[in-house]
Amino acid sequence: MSSPCRASLLFLGLAALTLAACDREERHSRSKPIGETVPAGQSPDTIWPGGSQPSPLDPRAKLYDNNAPALSEGQYLYTQMNCVGCHFHGGGGMGPPLMDDEWRYGGRIDQIAASIAEGRPNGMPAWRNKLTEDQIWKLAAYVRSLSGQPSKDAVSSRTEEMSNTTPGSLTPREPAHSSDTAEQ
Amino acid sequence: MMGRRGAVLSLPLLLAGCDYQTYQSIFSDASTEVHDFNILFVIFLIVCAIMYALVIGFLIAAIVRRSRTGPADVVEEGRHHQSNPAMRTGLIGWTALVGTGLMALAIASFFGDRSMANAAANEKLSVNVTGKQWWWDITYNSADASKMVRTANELHLPVDVPVHIYLKSDDVIHSFWVPSLAGKQDLIPGRDNDITLVPRKIGIYRGQCAEFCGADHAKMALIVNVDSYADFLKWWHHQLESAPAPTSPLTQAGYNFVTTRQCSSCHAIAGTPANGTVGPDLTHLASRRSIAAGAMPMSEGNLYGWVADPQSLKPGNHMPTIGLEPDQLHAVVAYLETLK
Repeated sequence: MSSPCRASLLFLGLAALTLAACDREERHSRSKPIGETVPAGQSPDTIWPGGSQPSPLDPRAKLYDNNAPALSEGQYLYTQMNCVGCHFHGGGGMGPPLMDDEWRYGGRIDQIAASIAEGRPNGMPAWRNKLTEDQIWKLAAYVRSLSGQPSKDAVSSRTEEMSNTTPGSLTPREPAHSSDTAEQ
Repeated sequence: MMGRRGAVLSLPLLLAGCDYQTYQSIFSDASTEVHDFNILFVIFLIVCAIMYALVIGFLIAAIVRRSRTGPADVVEEGRHHQSNPAMRTGLIGWTALVGTGLMALAIASFFGDRSMANAAANEKLSVNVTGKQWWWDITYNSADASKMVRTANELHLPVDVPVHIYLKSDDVIHSFWVPSLAGKQDLIPGRDNDITLVPRKIGIYRGQCAEFCGADHAKMALIVNVDSYADFLKWWHHQLESAPAPTSPLTQAGYNFVTTRQCSSCHAIAGTPANGTVGPDLTHLASRRSIAAGAMPMSEGNLYGWVADPQSLKPGNHMPTIGLEPDQLHAVVAYLETLK
């Protein structure tokens, strides 16, 4: 076999290997139908009894965290369900800001989902039974993205509102408050 | 033998199946605009066909003539005055013909345009159509706010009344296209567009979003019902009514679910606490012809399927699969069926 032929074969093989590494993220239009619940007792605390072991991250987190379709659906819901009314576009108004690194009730995606589902004191309504679990998780994924947690390639480069800030896909990633996400 | 005769006999049947004239066709003549446009189209077709035939005819004649006579090219040698007088007259005539054809097209399009703009000047009914992923939100405007009607995916228009349709979009670019009644007009987010039409024939027509707008673009259809003026008023007055109160225990259970659970976060039903504005208004859902923007015809079975799992029937749409228990599903569908 001639040398250019071998080189091109090698190149093709490498290209095939590279392609195989492309892991296209899954877009699930339907959640797991029944039995899926937001973690009810997901503790918003950052200290835990009996040592420093936090409860393990909900396994569903990986379906929504860093998932582009989930983030954009969540962004859509954030406007439609009038989260903007209190939290504004992350800057906070009547409700606390969501784009900083302070999380009163925990900054993990399952903790945020629990906050949305259960409601929190001083005005945050409970959304369980008003939204489906799937929608709450998508919303939680988007809320988490406001503070710059997910990777740049997953967040939307376009916002639903007029914005004079750099799109999320171009801003540097900020680590969350150390005690909240130490385990991630 | 039987096969061939069968095929011949079934041909008229197949042709009869082409019911283009009434449903979704640019040749329908069902509105003034489409009628005008078709006249314009025929004029363009005739003028262009004549010119095309002449050009091709002369081209063939030139090829034949060239091969017969050989080199005697007076034009290329600069001796124009020596050219054949018949050819000179012919060329002048040709230029005049081209000019006349272009004038005919210009005049025809001017009058076509004036005629279509006429409806906008005589607007009698004003409707807002807002494109959303992937359905049509329709509001009938009225100076009296209590006479305004909000519905979805089904436009009712009175025959012979000029209607002005204001087109908006909430998310991405859609395009309003009811081939039997009007040409295309885009719905662009952040921009006000409009289209006017005067329906001339009573009937049911189908429209389709004509600008790719995402996963369910193909299932974003619009039904236009052109009624007599009396029927239209009857429909309008019926649309102004609130939803009837539930009467049986089953529909009461459905009412309770719809007004307190996920449904009411997005949908509104007049006369009930359900007042979401994200999804289509359900006040007279069961009186519409289709479910989910023409995705399937309205029927009890389809309603069951749609409420139980919208994501299997129109994958990717924004209505979530809630995961209703069977008794909840029965109750919700029974209640929705009362929303005539």
